[in-house]
Amino acid sequence: MNSEIMVEARDLCKNYGTVTALDHVSFSVNKAELFGFIGPDGAGKTTLLRILATMLKPDTGTVRIGEYDAVNDYRKIRNMIGYMPGKFSLYQDLTVEENLQFFAGIFGSTIKDNYYLINDIYDQISPFKNRQAGKLSGGMKQKLALSCAMIHKPDLLLLDEPTTGVDAVSRKEFWEMLRKRKEDGITIIVSTPYMDEAGKCDRVALFQNSKILSTDTPENITANYGSVLFAVRTSNMYTLIHDLKYCPTVRSAHSFGQYIHYTDKEINATMSDIEYYLRGKGHSEIEIRQIDATVEDCFMRLMLND
Amino acid sequence: MKTDRYINLKRFRGFVVKEFHHIFRDVRTLVILFGIPVIQLLLFGFVVTNEIRDAKIAVFDQSKDYITTRITQKIVSSGYFKIDRKLESASQIEDVFREGNIKMVVMFEAGFARKLEKDGQAGIQVITDASEPNTANILVNYLNSVTLSYMASQQKALQQMQIIPEVRMKYNPELKGVFLFVPGIMAMLLILISALMTSISITREKELGTMEVLLASPLRPFQIISGKVMPYILLSFMNAVLIILISFFVFQIPVHGNLLLLLGECLLYIITALSLGILISTLTSSQQIAMMISLVGLMLPTILLSGFIFPVENMPLILQGLCYLMPPKYFITIIKSIMLKGAGFSYVWKETLILAGMTLFFLFLSIKKFKTRLE
Repeated sequence: MNSEIMVEARDLCKNYGTVTALDHVSFSVNKAELFGFIGPDGAGKTTLLRILATMLKPDTGTVRIGEYDAVNDYRKIRNMIGYMPGKFSLYQDLTVEENLQFFAGIFGSTIKDNYYLINDIYDQISPFKNRQAGKLSGGMKQKLALSCAMIHKPDLLLLDEPTTGVDAVSRKEFWEMLRKRKEDGITIIVSTPYMDEAGKCDRVALFQNSKILSTDTPENITANYGSVLFAVRTSNMYTLIHDLKYCPTVRSAHSFGQYIHYTDKEINATMSDIEYYLRGKGHSEIEIRQIDATVEDCFMRLMLND
Repeated sequence: MKTDRYINLKRFRGFVVKEFHHIFRDVRTLVILFGIPVIQLLLFGFVVTNEIRDAKIAVFDQSKDYITTRITQKIVSSGYFKIDRKLESASQIEDVFREGNIKMVVMFEAGFARKLEKDGQAGIQVITDASEPNTANILVNYLNSVTLSYMASQQKALQQMQIIPEVRMKYNPELKGVFLFVPGIMAMLLILISALMTSISITREKELGTMEVLLASPLRPFQIISGKVMPYILLSFMNAVLIILISFFVFQIPVHGNLLLLLGECLLYIITALSLGILISTLTSSQQIAMMISLVGLMLPTILLSGFIFPVENMPLILQGLCYLMPPKYFITIIKSIMLKGAGFSYVWKETLILAGMTLFFLFLSIKKFKTRLE
């Protein structure tokens, strides 16, 4: 195995009864890489992370973490990972400090040993260090859970939707912290339903319906979008989406915040072509811009092709 | 190797400290741990008892001579009976029972003293309200012993050859119900609390998702379980001591045997109960179900099938067989032997061995069933 590779998953399948959670999933993650699984709820991200955390066995396929097999050498792996489940899993009746102490303790470490890993978050939550974890706000809880997951300086950090239910500012801080830990040499695998967080990762795997649609750097994913993308806005947004979807040359039209993202089958389609079409449909105050594709656009495109 | 052991020790200590935090921060847990045992013990000790005091009886004395008067006085002074009324005719008997207050009617035949002196025999008829069969039985026994003791006192005067059995109630001369109940309650409380608390505290970790984090850590199942259980061993042991103290100071139940042996047996029984609790927690991941299994699956059989209230010997064979599977049965035997009879280890080693064997069996099953993954 390549010594630069931290996680190598081959052909993973997992079914719960008749429900397929993972359908022939393969990927690899390099050492000290910040790798994101991006996809909507129910795509299979949690199952995948649980398999990586040795919490579940895959039905078929293999996972190697470092030099170990995730099924047979699960004890070795549990010594080297930090795992943060999607559900808040700290002791709500213990204080911030007691939780940290406990989790450091079970890995045979102390807060002092690895304080540098968590100091930037811990500085923020230390005013509340005597508060019970159950009484923290959502963002604080997640920061504490992250601190607990890496207080023992794991080689691999597995985070299942760590930013779900966290406010925008805390999310930003959270990602900054992950980047720093990556600089320290920790390999980090994160799952998230937020497409806009893809750009924070070194590489992402777009996940949908138990399958990986594409794995690449966020830059390459957006660069390979392959169409000219327009953001369109008019005075009547309700009919706009309908009119664009039924435009004879439409390739895709999706609502993105205050705009409709539109691509045309004609490679040479221009803004004035679209404007002309919309005027014909009775729209006014038409605003059209050509924009770069975001990861979400790429995700939508890949889902369409699928 | 030495550092490994040091780390393991530190892990274990951290775990125990954490568990104590859980216990002391949860008022409900504390109440279950210490409130319930004390209340139960006092309740059972004072209220639930098969001793009868001041049972209301009626006397129908057709003779009204000096002997019947004296026997009647004896009956009253025994403390078990209170003469509610005197009857004048046999037709009243039915009526007083219908009223329901009178538990027993004592009837002396006419010419009682004369017959006794002449024939050496006279009749007392005892009619009881057997709609409460236990009470009726006990009252008849009390009455028998009262008349017997009267006869004994009169033996010389009557010049009568009689064989009077001299009954000695060994180990519990005053026939106190508490003597029977305390070992039973101790067996019930310790198993209930130990099994209930451990099964709930382990399933709670599963419900809250913290078990997932513990599983993903280097902790081994044995470490997780022993870390969780250790505080409950300590607290249950304190409970056992508390129960022994209350029974000594409140109910004057002596500890005739070796106190250390008694405490050692309590500890063994606590561990048996905890291992049952662990087993329950491996069968379910819901606190509710764990609680139901502990309450219904442990408390009821302990009360019914341990010989605590109903003697095992009187049960149908199948139930008797079941009784032999109940750890409390052995514990009650051990406790009674040590506390009341002052028996040493040589008298209880068999029961001790059975309890120890059961514990190992439960632990073995738990470890077999413990899931190292989420499935």
